[in-house]
Amino acid sequence: MAQTSPVLTIKRPLAVSKASVEPVADTDVRWTKLIYAYAGTATFWLIWGTLVGLYLSYKFAAPDVDHLPWLSYGRLRPVHTNTVFWGWSSLAMIAAALYVVPRTSMRRLWSYSLGWVSLWLINLSVLAGDVMLMAGINNSGQEYREFIWPVQLVFAIGVILVAYNLIRTIADRGIEEIYISNWYIMAAFLWTIPLVVFAYIPTYQQNAISQTVVQGYYMHMGVGMWFTPLVLGLTYYVLPKLLNKPIYSYSLGVLAFWAQLVFYTMIGAHHFIFAPTPWWIQTVAIIFSVAMIITLAAGTGNFLLTMKGEGRQIARSYSLPFILAGVISYFLFSAQGSLEALRSLQGVWHFTNYTVAHSHLTMYGFVVLLIWGAVYGILPRLTGHEPPAFWVGVHFWFAVVGLALYSMALMVGGTVQGLSWMSGSPFMESVRAMASFWLWRAVGGTLMFLSHIIFAYNMWTMRPRPARSRAYEPSPTAEPTAPGSAPRGLEPAGSSAEVSG
Amino acid sequence: MNFHKNHWLLFSFTFFIFIGLSLIIAIFPAIWVQDNAEPMPGSQPLTALEKEGLAVYVSEGCVACHTQQVRPLEMDTVWGRPAAPGDYAHVTPLGVWAPYAPAVLGSERTGPDLTNVGARQSSDVWQYIHLYNPRAVVPDSVMPAYPWLFDRVPSVPEGKAAVPVPPSFAPKDGNQVVPNRRGEALVAYLLALKQPVPPTAAPAAATAEAPAPTGVPGETQAASESAAPAASEVPATPAAPVEAQATAPSTVSAVAPEEAATASEAAATVAPPSTTTKWDTALGEATFTGSCAACHQASGQGLPGAFPPLVGNAVVLDPDPTEHILTVLEGKPGGGVIDGVTYSSPMPPFASQLNDEQIAAVVNHERTSWGNAAPLVTPENVAAARGGTR
Repeated sequence: MAQTSPVLTIKRPLAVSKASVEPVADTDVRWTKLIYAYAGTATFWLIWGTLVGLYLSYKFAAPDVDHLPWLSYGRLRPVHTNTVFWGWSSLAMIAAALYVVPRTSMRRLWSYSLGWVSLWLINLSVLAGDVMLMAGINNSGQEYREFIWPVQLVFAIGVILVAYNLIRTIADRGIEEIYISNWYIMAAFLWTIPLVVFAYIPTYQQNAISQTVVQGYYMHMGVGMWFTPLVLGLTYYVLPKLLNKPIYSYSLGVLAFWAQLVFYTMIGAHHFIFAPTPWWIQTVAIIFSVAMIITLAAGTGNFLLTMKGEGRQIARSYSLPFILAGVISYFLFSAQGSLEALRSLQGVWHFTNYTVAHSHLTMYGFVVLLIWGAVYGILPRLTGHEPPAFWVGVHFWFAVVGLALYSMALMVGGTVQGLSWMSGSPFMESVRAMASFWLWRAVGGTLMFLSHIIFAYNMWTMRPRPARSRAYEPSPTAEPTAPGSAPRGLEPAGSSAEVSG
Repeated sequence: MNFHKNHWLLFSFTFFIFIGLSLIIAIFPAIWVQDNAEPMPGSQPLTALEKEGLAVYVSEGCVACHTQQVRPLEMDTVWGRPAAPGDYAHVTPLGVWAPYAPAVLGSERTGPDLTNVGARQSSDVWQYIHLYNPRAVVPDSVMPAYPWLFDRVPSVPEGKAAVPVPPSFAPKDGNQVVPNRRGEALVAYLLALKQPVPPTAAPAAATAEAPAPTGVPGETQAASESAAPAASEVPATPAAPVEAQATAPSTVSAVAPEEAATASEAAATVAPPSTTTKWDTALGEATFTGSCAACHQASGQGLPGAFPPLVGNAVVLDPDPTEHILTVLEGKPGGGVIDGVTYSSPMPPFASQLNDEQIAAVVNHERTSWGNAAPLVTPENVAAARGGTR
């Protein structure tokens, strides 16, 4: 089919000029508003969550900057992690999923109003959870499940309703095959819902370290069975779509999917290597951590081979650089995680700031960069408004350079910390040795935070509003398409990408 | 059977495989751990106040920076013996809003491991000062201050003791600092964090461990004072090498305590110890930093009203090192009167935490630093003192 060349408009100086995207020919304005509401509230949580993180990084240099209980380190740290997990990343990924699933199913979203209910529930849970954490109400100090169960229950109901909405959309699909994106996206929901339920059932967490056994499972699956498959599913749509070519190998995507399910589920206990939890679950975790290399190689190989020879396209796009960097991060830093699981390396790095660097390299370098790639790839098509290419570029470089500074400082510092402990030096030596690394971390964190301010501005420029002259203008009087019928003009994204394999 | 076309098949397969694997890797092991939790022999359940303290520990997010798990690795031996499942068997849920046993193992060691902090740092006075502002006792600490665990009052209420916060950290309005209920609970919990020593596996050195600090100054202080004279009768250097004998004359060990005190004042002006005497200065400094400086400070000046100075300290300058060595070995369970000043804070015993070389090195460090000049000791002196009893 004839596609407009994406390399038409060369107007902008200073950097490689970026190609414009064509807005989707016919969109339902209610769909656009719903998706933008998810992405917009996600952006709010990004700013708040990383503002908290930045403030915490300054506290290492100035621990007496405030003496307020609501702003103390121990209370704010879970506010940072839970906000960027459940507020920012989750809502942003759901925003993109609400676009990708209907597009690849060739149907409109099953229910917009249900989508709004989910949005309110998830935002409410993050707000309530943050306020409670700052007030000192905490679910027994386990990472990423610091929200007490009533709060997490509200979150879970929101997620379950999104899952129902999406699964009805897929069940109603206008093509025979279920596109691979929807495998990953639906699996993320089908894995995370039982995960949260298992983690919050108290009956087998009543004494001793039974809670720790569940915690290893939960804290790792929270990342690996929610963020990873969801963001990979989005990438399986956005990448071929932006490159206007099919994914390199559909079968590799299927292989990586089953490998993800079988290998990843088993590796949670590697967060508690050498802990007094049963030794065999630690060993199983290490073995499957190494086996994860198969999943990684299949997933990233597929993406990189799809991008092969498309360097010019990537440079011309403002979202593809995010995706390229995210895919490379996915391979490098997940492999780093597999290495860290080995007992010998755990000896040096466990309990050090190296693990903080690792979690940012994966959650930020992999997941968040891919989310940005998806948001920049999707929103302009929906709203018809593009972000200023210059500011997207600044956003990209601030985020990537900031992350590099942040993680290099903590990886080197964490190694210094571990070696200091191994040498038998007094503990305070390791604290003193970290001072300069913590400073560099704060510098990197500042750059990352600035990039988020720029992203928020770019979000503003993409907001739904009366269209520019060249963009499609949704007719306010147009009747919404009935459920179960494809909107007019909706075509398989990326032409053959949808149905190949 | 086609995953690509049948969404119910694909999604239920995906869902139930995950459920099955979750049962195998998480739920069944958790049930097994819960059903096989035998408390460590000699361990005690938390009291009501200590459990309240655990709730404060969770609420303030202490677990973000402090571990409570000693791994079976050489580098972790400073924190105690390796953790066993039974160490956590007494942990029970905090309440209906958090119905899970908070085994606060932690994942970051930005601050020290706290498994054994009640034994390592048994002084409630130190814990209170440290919580009020960590930099009052550990200048380079990055830990938050917790002033909201304290009340600032014009006069100290009945039955409470003011926290001797150093002037530069104390309230500027002249108010006294008194721990509130949450502060008392947290410190009670921290002091309860002690690894029980299993009776069968107790090392020989552990028998020298002093009784746990009771926090009743009168009783234990009297005990340590009445025991003091006997201590100096322990022969200090029965088999010391020649080079050490030159600076640690065994003849002084017969001097009565009150005479020793006056003799030590003279000792301050005695010529510095022979530089030919070999002892591990680096080990002494490191041990001091790791085990002593939190209270006595790197300057050796202590904290006025809270922890005694070692500079010009009669016991440190005493030519007979026996009392000095015994103080390090056995601590001062009830505080005591040092150079005319009463200190209520107990000093923990180090007999089971430090070996003879470390104790000799740290004693020598104290005897030769900050202008102190007293005769040196050898590991053999320490070994001999371990054999003695007060």
